[in-house]
Amino acid sequence: MSRDSHNIDMKVTFAGIEFKNPVVTASGTFGFGREYAEYFDLSELGGVCTKGLTLKARQGNPPPRIAETPMGMLNSVGLQNPGVDAFIKNELPFLKKYDTRVIANIAGETAEEYAEMAQKLSGAGVDIIEVNVSCPNVREGGMQFGVSARAVAGVTRAVKRRSGVPVMIKLSPNVTDIAEIARAAEGEGADAVSLINTLLGMRIDIKTRRPVLANNTGGLSGAAILPVALRMIWQARRAVKIPILGMGGVTSGDDAVEMLLAGASLIGVGTASFTHPGAAIDIRDGIAAYMRENGVAAVSDLTGGVEAY
Amino acid sequence: MGAALNSVFTVSDVRRLAKSVFSITFDAPELASRAEPGQFVHIKCGHSRPLRRPFGISDVCGGKLTVVFEVRGEGTKWLAASAPGRRVDINGPLGRGFSETNGNILVVGGGLGAAPLLFAARRARESGGVTAVLGFRGISNAVLTDKFESVCYGVFVTTEDGSSGLRGTVALPLEELLKTGKYSAVLSCGPRAMLKSVAELCERAGARCEAALEERMGCGVGACLVCVCKTKKNGVETMSRVCRDGPVFDAREVVW
Repeated sequence: MSRDSHNIDMKVTFAGIEFKNPVVTASGTFGFGREYAEYFDLSELGGVCTKGLTLKARQGNPPPRIAETPMGMLNSVGLQNPGVDAFIKNELPFLKKYDTRVIANIAGETAEEYAEMAQKLSGAGVDIIEVNVSCPNVREGGMQFGVSARAVAGVTRAVKRRSGVPVMIKLSPNVTDIAEIARAAEGEGADAVSLINTLLGMRIDIKTRRPVLANNTGGLSGAAILPVALRMIWQARRAVKIPILGMGGVTSGDDAVEMLLAGASLIGVGTASFTHPGAAIDIRDGIAAYMRENGVAAVSDLTGGVEAY
Repeated sequence: MGAALNSVFTVSDVRRLAKSVFSITFDAPELASRAEPGQFVHIKCGHSRPLRRPFGISDVCGGKLTVVFEVRGEGTKWLAASAPGRRVDINGPLGRGFSETNGNILVVGGGLGAAPLLFAARRARESGGVTAVLGFRGISNAVLTDKFESVCYGVFVTTEDGSSGLRGTVALPLEELLKTGKYSAVLSCGPRAMLKSVAELCERAGARCEAALEERMGCGVGACLVCVCKTKKNGVETMSRVCRDGPVFDAREVVW
């Protein structure tokens, strides 16, 4: 329900698409929804963002693919997925049974691959395409695109030409100037940006003197990265007019409110779901509780509400 | 297999089994009634660490659920320091357990891999017979042998240093036992190298073998794809999820 008995409005209109509440799951942390559907009704979510999809199926990187860190974790999954066609055939019908928005995350090795996937997926009925130009765990594509304003512009242009639904560019935090990259996406017609993807990191086993991850490096997520995410969302908010899906380390309703105030319109919940399967729902309820306690009528009123010094 | 649930349960008992090995029991009738041998529970060990810790279910009895673990880091240290009455956040039971617990069963455990096999042995005893082969580094690491003795027809203990039972690995008694050809299935849990050799011996003897694998986990429910192992079925290689497609696999399907 977008309105509850205390008359707060949780609805968000994002890139022209209405979300019943601002909480969506973050790509790569929620599979295609089946596993967490055993814990709660996916229709309670504003939206579900899929695991990153590639044109052909990918096996991903060898294990170990995870290392715990202080208040966070590194992963080096490397885009293991069944491929875009298998997703449309076997997974999308399951997600469409729920009254929630479906965001399809795509990763390509070339701009043309991204565009081809966007065309297939928008034709199949997803609500938004999230263009992953920021995966730190693959050799081709991924972050290679996301760290260059020119490459981001090129991918955005190619995808916009072929997508029938709004296009959101998922930005990498592993850049010097996030504003420049956000502007490059906006300049080529991106309908929204999402940030941040994981921060590139590493851990070493001091007994074996080898990296903990078989991929040597991986992407850092979890509560540890919240301050970095807030800073970059705030910088991106000031650089572009298109809406922002904010994510990175949100584990509570209060964290989500911070992120809305920094400039996000939607909130992605990722690693928090690993700690608590019902985290996304708790975070949604936490935002609602803050709104009631502080007399906030509409959740969209919080977006960008920070009063900077 | 019943659906998993995430809730808070009360510690009823904590015991030290060896220098750094503990067993912890929870009052958890909702979990106990759903659990199948080979499944695991995912436990939130304090507040300072974001990831839960997976533990194979080692025993289920009268609404209580027990896991056995070694203190390896901050999370397991926190768990070992629990006193009865502590409330602990548990998600489970998770994963696919042993499918073959009827008939004449042989369980083969290495180190703490013995723990989940105790639950399997109890279940197998209800319908048939169980024999156990348990391998440890030395007598100081040999845990749960008394429990197995109360459940099994025969218990063969091996130690690497010969300080208890036969000197050597589980392969010695296993090879002899397999020659009898009387076991309908071999259920195995332990270090990967041991599982591989158990799988090979079973294959050679034409015995059905199921292996419970261990891998570093993230979500524990099959969503994050970090705890994968390579499996092969009908010639097709897949990165299977240890937490969801396993932790128990048909040993012939694992790409060792």
